[in-house]
Amino acid sequence: MPDPGIPPAGTAAPGEAAERDFAVVGTPFRRVDGRAKVTGSTRFADDLSWPRMAFVKLARSTVPHARIRGIDLTRAERVPGVLGFLTGADLPSTFGILPVSQDEHALARDLVRHVGDPIAAVAATSEDAAHEAALAIEVDYELLPTIGSVEEAIATPEPRLHGYADRGNLHKVVSMEFGDVEAGFAEADRVFEDLFFYDGNTHLPLEQHATVALPEDEGRVTVWSSTQTPHYLHRALTRVLGLPASHIRVVATPNGGGFGGKSDPFGHEIVCAAMALKLGRPARIALTREEVFYCHRGRHPVLMRLRTGVRADGTLTGQSLETTLDGGAYGSYGVASTYYTGALQTVTYRLPRYRFEAIRAFTNKPACGPKRGHGTPQPRFGWEVQLDKIAVELGLDPAALRLRNLEQPGTVTANWLRLGTVGLGSCIEAVVAGSRFRERWGRMPEGRGLGLACGSYLCGAGLPIYWNHMPQSGVAIHLDRGGGVAVFCGQTEIGQGSDSVLAAVVAEVLGVGLADIRLQVADTAFTPVDLGSYSSRVTLMVGHAAREAAERARETIARAVAAQLEVPAERLVFAERRVFDAADPGRGLAWEEAVIAAEARFGTLATTGSYIPPRSPGKYRGAGVGPSPTYSYSAAVVEVEVDRETGVWRPVQVWIAHDIGRAINPALVVGQVEGSVYMGLGEAMMEESAFRRLPKARSHALVHKFPSVLEYKSLTFEEMPPVTTYLIEEPDPAGPFGAKEVGQGPLLPIPPACANAIFDAVGVRIDQVPIHPHMVLKALEAKAKGRPPRHGPERFPEVEAELKLATGRKSKDGTMTERDEALRAGSVAVLTTKLEGKRGE
Amino acid sequence: MLRLPAFRLRQPTSLAEACRILSGEGPAARVVAGGTDLWPNLKRRNQKASTVISLARVPELAGVRAGGEVRLGAMETLADLERAPALVTRYPALARAIGSISSPVLRNLGTLGGNVCLDTRCTYYDQNEEWRRSIHYCMKAEGRICWVAPSSPRCWAVQSADSAPMLVALDARVRLASSAGEREIPVAALYRDDGIDYLAKRPDEIVAEVALPAESDAAHLRTAFFKLRRRGSIDFGVLSVAVALRTEGGRVTDARVVLGSIASFPSPAGEVARALIGAPLTTESIRAAAQRSRAAATPMDNTDFDPRWRGQVTPVYVERTLRAAAGLDAADGA
Ligand SMILES: Cc1cc2nc3c(=O)[nH]c(=O)nc-3n(C[C@H](O)[C@H](O)[C@H](O)COP(=O)(O)OP(=O)(O)OC[C@H]3O[C@@H](n4cnc5c(N)ncnc54)[C@H](O)[C@@H]3O)c2cc1C
Ligand code: SF4
Repeated sequence: MPDPGIPPAGTAAPGEAAERDFAVVGTPFRRVDGRAKVTGSTRFADDLSWPRMAFVKLARSTVPHARIRGIDLTRAERVPGVLGFLTGADLPSTFGILPVSQDEHALARDLVRHVGDPIAAVAATSEDAAHEAALAIEVDYELLPTIGSVEEAIATPEPRLHGYADRGNLHKVVSMEFGDVEAGFAEADRVFEDLFFYDGNTHLPLEQHATVALPEDEGRVTVWSSTQTPHYLHRALTRVLGLPASHIRVVATPNGGGFGGKSDPFGHEIVCAAMALKLGRPARIALTREEVFYCHRGRHPVLMRLRTGVRADGTLTGQSLETTLDGGAYGSYGVASTYYTGALQTVTYRLPRYRFEAIRAFTNKPACGPKRGHGTPQPRFGWEVQLDKIAVELGLDPAALRLRNLEQPGTVTANWLRLGTVGLGSCIEAVVAGSRFRERWGRMPEGRGLGLACGSYLCGAGLPIYWNHMPQSGVAIHLDRGGGVAVFCGQTEIGQGSDSVLAAVVAEVLGVGLADIRLQVADTAFTPVDLGSYSSRVTLMVGHAAREAAERARETIARAVAAQLEVPAERLVFAERRVFDAADPGRGLAWEEAVIAAEARFGTLATTGSYIPPRSPGKYRGAGVGPSPTYSYSAAVVEVEVDRETGVWRPVQVWIAHDIGRAINPALVVGQVEGSVYMGLGEAMMEESAFRRLPKARSHALVHKFPSVLEYKSLTFEEMPPVTTYLIEEPDPAGPFGAKEVGQGPLLPIPPACANAIFDAVGVRIDQVPIHPHMVLKALEAKAKGRPPRHGPERFPEVEAELKLATGRKSKDGTMTERDEALRAGSVAVLTTKLEGKRGE
Repeated sequence: MLRLPAFRLRQPTSLAEACRILSGEGPAARVVAGGTDLWPNLKRRNQKASTVISLARVPELAGVRAGGEVRLGAMETLADLERAPALVTRYPALARAIGSISSPVLRNLGTLGGNVCLDTRCTYYDQNEEWRRSIHYCMKAEGRICWVAPSSPRCWAVQSADSAPMLVALDARVRLASSAGEREIPVAALYRDDGIDYLAKRPDEIVAEVALPAESDAAHLRTAFFKLRRRGSIDFGVLSVAVALRTEGGRVTDARVVLGSIASFPSPAGEVARALIGAPLTTESIRAAAQRSRAAATPMDNTDFDPRWRGQVTPVYVERTLRAAAGLDAADGA
C-alpha cells in the first residue's frame, strides 16, 4: 500500500516521524460512541424489543457426556405462555467457525459433550414462562465416559468426542521443525529445559450474549446479535437455516465487551433466528452469566516443555517448544489456537532454529478458543520466564540479554514470518529507565521485586478464516451534498474504539470534522464485508480500506475543485472543512461547496476502498497461522510485594511500553494498554478455569467450579496498581498512517513479568499462572528446606513421536542466508506434516 | 437474566404484625430485609418462598440507641452502621467488620439483621438450579450427599457473616421477637455448628435488635478485626479473625478470639484465648498463643482458595490481628 506520508522504516527518528501535520490522527479525542455509552443510550442487543416478541430459553445438558435417548416436552408444553419448541432435529446442519471443524449443532442431535451443551429451545410470551418451561424439559441420557484433562484424552482414545479428530480424542497433532534444532543445542553452552503451565481463563465481558431476530416478508430474517464477527455468523446462519445468504441480514450490535468470547457463531444465535422464522414473531434470547461460561471459547489451559540452547554470552542457538492444549468439547478456533501456541515464539528474539510440537485434546468441558492474545500468552509466559532464568544463571542483565538477541526489522524468522518495524528495543529501554530496573533489580529489600518481560502480537491475521481471494476489509463512503460523510463498513465496535478509528481516518483524509461523519457499521446487508473484530486486525485493515476510500473521494473532489478554481489538483489541501490552494490558502471552497462542485460535475458521489494483506513467504502446512502485515511489541516491568509468611503477593506498580507504530487516538491506545495490563494481572493473579469432578463412584458430574462473576475471580479496581504507559511511535509502512495494533499485545508481558518479579522478591520460581498464594508459600517452604525453590508442573505427557516429521529443508545450520536464498528462488519448503486423519464428520 | 420466581409480598407496618404474618404463614414464608442474600438465593432456587414478608416498613427495627449499652436495630443498613458514631468511637472493630462486608453498593441495601441471619455458603450450593441439577444437588437443598465430605452425615457450609465473629467476641446479645413473645440471647448462642440448621432461632422469630454491652466498648477492651479474602472488595471472607482483649496491669485478664468464615458457625479459638490469659501482650506471647489456632481451623474445600493453605495461614493472621489489638503494629486491614 503506497503511503507517501510515511518515510520507510528506519529513516525517521521517533520524534520527527510526524513531519506531516495531522489534524485528527495522533491527537487524543473523545470516542465517537462515548457519549451514548456513558449516558445509557447505546442500544445493546438485549435492549432491542418489538411488539409480540417471543422470549427464548435453552434447555442445556446437565451431564458432561451422553447420548440423548429422548427429550420429553410434555411437562414444558403445559407451562402457560409457551409458544413453541425447537430441538436438534429441526436444525440438523453442523456449523463451526473454522471450515475444518464444522462440529457444532445449534441444538444437540444425539450427543451432548459438556454440561451446558444446548439441547432444546423454548419460546414463550415472557422470559419467566420460557425459563419455567426450559426447566420442565426432560431429557433421558445414556451416560458416556468423560474426559477431564489432556492426560485423560490421551489415555481415552474411545469413545471419541468427534470422529474427525487427528487421533482418538486428540483433535489436532502438530509437529514442525525449522532448521536442525539438535545441532543448535550441540552448539550451545547450556540447554535450559523448563515445564510451564498456563491455566485457562475466560473473557468475562460485562455484557452477556444476546440475540434478537425479526422475521420479514418473503421468508427473510434480520438478526441483531452481540457478536464480534457478523460476517462469519452470516455464513453460519446461511448454512444451518438453509436460506440464501441474501435473505439473511446480520447486524452486530455494539458489544459490551468481547475479548474473543463473541467471535464464534453460537447455537443460541441460530436458534433465535430459527425460532423467529418458525413462530413468525420477533424473538429474543439473552443468556445468563452461567450460560456465558458455557459458551466460553476462552484461553486454553496449556502445558509447555521449553528447551532453549544458549551460548555463554547469551546468544540463542535454537529452541524446541512442546505444548498441550485442553480444548474442551468443540473445535472452535482450536486448530488456529494450537498453531498460535508456537507461531509467535520467534518474532521477538532471533532464534536461528526452531521446533514446535503441539497437541490439542478434546475434553468434556466448554470449548476453548480465542481470548485476547489468542494462544500466544501461554508460550510467551514460558519463554519470558525462561529468559529470566537464563539471565540469572549466566549472570546477565535480563534487559541486556533480550536486547542482545533482538530480532531485526524486515527479517524473515525461522518459521518464515516476515517482520515489519521492531520497536521492542525502544520498549525495553523505556520501561527499564522508567522503573530504574538496572539500579533496582536484584537489590531490593526482601519481599519486594521487579520483573521484566516482553511480548509481541499480530496486527491482523494474514489469512481469512475461509479460503478466498477477496478483501478482508472494505469501506464505502457516500458524500451528501450537505457535506455529510456517510461511512459504511462491516467492522464491529466491541468497546475497543474501532468506530472512532474508522471515523478518524476518514476525517483526516477529507479534512472534515468527526461530527461531519456518520457511521453505518457491522451490517451484512448494508456495509462492505469486514471479517470481524479479532486478531487485532481492525485498525490496520479497516484503516487501510477507509483511507483508500477516502483518498478516492478526495481525488474526485480535488478534480472538481481544481477545475472550478483553476489550480492544479496536486496543490489542493483538505483541512479544517475547506479545500484550498496550498500556495494561496485564501483561495478555496468550503467543504460543502466542494462536495456540491463535485456532485454537479460527476454525479452522485460514492467511493470504496478495500484491503488485502501482503502474502506471507511461508509455504508449509500450518504457515497460515502467524503471518501478519506487521507485529506490535511490548515490554513491561512489574514491581511486586510478597508476604513471606503467607505467600500473598500483589503488584505495586506497572511500567509498560508499547510499540504502536503510530497512535491514531492516543487516549484509546492508552486505554487498551491499561485494559490489557488489567486482564494480564487477572490471569497472573487469580483467573482460572477450574472444574469439579465428583467422586466417580457416586456421580458422573464434571462441572465448571464457579460459573459466576462473584466466584470466578478477576481483578477489581482495588487490586489495580498504578500503570505508567509509554507509547513508542516508530511508524510502520505496513499500517495506516504507520499504526499497529494495541488491543491484545500489551497483555502478553504481564504474567511473566509478575512471575519474574516474585523471583526477584523472594527467590522462588512459580512456573505457572495463576500464581496463587499457596504456590508461593509452598515454594518458600521448599526453599527453606533446601529443595528446589520452585512450584510448577512436574510432568509432560509423552505422545508417540511417530507423528513428528523432520523439516524437508535439509539445512546444516538453518542460517538466515539460506532462508533468504530459498525465498529468492521462490522455492517451497515442506516443513511439517501430520498423520492422515479422517476429515469431516 | 436470572429471574425471581413468583411469590406473594407482604409489607407489615409493625413488628407485631410482621410476627403475626410470619407465624401464620409457617415455614413457606421468609422475611426479607435488604434482600442481598435472599434475592440471589431465590433466583438460584436454593431457597424457596411462597410469601415474602418485607421488614422495610417496620419502625421498631430501625435506629441506633446509644446509652451505656448500644442497641442496633436489625434494619439498620450496613452503610449507616459502619459510619455510626457510636460504633466508630466505641466499637471500632465492629464498624470495621461491617465495613468489610461485600461492597459499598450492597452495604447501602444490606442490613445487620440480614447479616447475622445470612445463609451459610458453599461453592456446591451457591449455584443456579441448572448447575445443581448437574451434581444431583447436595444435602443442604434437595440432595442427599454432602459433596465436600461425601461420607459425612452433616453439611459443612460456611457461616460467612462478617459481623458475626466480632459480635461474638464483643459478647453481644440479640433480641428475638415472635408472636409468642420476645427473648434475648447471646449472639454466640444464635449459631449452631451445622451448615443446614445454622441458626438456633425458631423460624417464626424475627431478629429485632443487637445489643452491645457497655463493658465491651473501647474503654474496656482492646479489639481488632481482620478479614482474609481474594479481593479488596465484594468478596466473602475465607477466614476472619475477631479479637477482644481485656488487660489489667499489662496482663491479659480476659480474651476472646473468634474465627469467622472457616466453619459453619463463628468458632471460638479457645486455646488461643486460654494461652493469652495471664500473659503480657508481647511479641513472644502473642506468637505462642496464635500457634494454637491451627487446630481450631479445619477449612474444607468449599470456598475460594486452597483449603490447606487457609488452615496453614490461620495462625499468621491470628497473630497479626492480636498484634493489632495489642497495639504492637497497625492492623493489616480487611
Ligand atoms: C456479591 C455479594 C457479596 C457479599 N459479600 C458479603 C461479605 O463479604 N460478608 C458478608 O457478611 N455478607 C456478604 N454478602 C451477603 C449480604 O449482602 C450481607 O450479609 C447482608 O448483610 C445481608 O443483609 P440483607 O438485609 O440484605 O439480608 P436479606 O437478604 O434480606 O436476608 C438474609 C437472610 O436473613 C433473613 N433475615 C433478614 N432480616 C431478618 C430479621 N430481622 N430477622 C430474621 N431473619 C432475617 C432473611 O429471611 C434471609 O434468610 C454478600 C452478598 C452479595 C450479593
Ligand atoms: S457443605 Fe456439603 S451439604 Fe453443605 S452445601 Fe456444601 S456440599 Fe452441600
